[in-house]
Amino acid sequence: MLTLTQALYDQIVEHARKDHPDEACGVVAGPAGTDRPERFVPMLNAARSPTFYEFDSKDLLKLYRELDDRDEEPVIVYHSHTATEAYPSRTDVTYANEPGAHYVLVSTADTDGLGEFQFRSYRIVEGVITEEEVQVVTGY
Amino acid sequence: MAIEVRIPTILRTYTDGEKAVSGEGATLSELFADLETRHKGIRERIVEGADGGKLRRFVNVYLNDEDVRFLDGISTALKDGDSVTILPAVAGGSV
Repeated sequence: MLTLTQALYDQIVEHARKDHPDEACGVVAGPAGTDRPERFVPMLNAARSPTFYEFDSKDLLKLYRELDDRDEEPVIVYHSHTATEAYPSRTDVTYANEPGAHYVLVSTADTDGLGEFQFRSYRIVEGVITEEEVQVVTGY
Repeated sequence: MAIEVRIPTILRTYTDGEKAVSGEGATLSELFADLETRHKGIRERIVEGADGGKLRRFVNVYLNDEDVRFLDGISTALKDGDSVTILPAVAGGSV
């Protein structure tokens, strides 16, 4: 199960809506070993695409140095799908390299009347997708 | 000639959980060959092609602060005291 605060939930949704129709992406960092998302870090989608996202390579290095220095982990790795459901694509599974992370997918397809807004979370480990419950709380 | 190599979580299964290991080589290509002698299997996670002549598209390698794609790629020259960081790209998409 993923537990996150309403404030973080809202920040992820707002980022996804702002970047629509391009995919938005980012992480929520938390203290290593706690599984508690705390620090919202929106990232630039270097691909600037409605069907693909990739963290900019320089930003990626900066992010991981920062996580290391602060003894944090990427607890959540999030991105949006802008015309399809919030379910990991084959590409998402191929490049999922953080087995300890919660992969959050947000669908902003509702913006174009293509479906419902969705906020869902998954574990992606060695190619296997497992959806999990999302619990939104006011604080930890 | 020692080069520090920072290993991402996903590849630490090859380094007994170590976050950083030490290696040698005059170029990145030589360094990865050297790592392979002690951490069997790690090389093919970073490079591709029959001769291991190319970096994988979705693996980023940095020499100190620079993405080596903007240097000489796998032929990038190394010197004593350099730090190499390996980071898988964070990427995906809807198709």
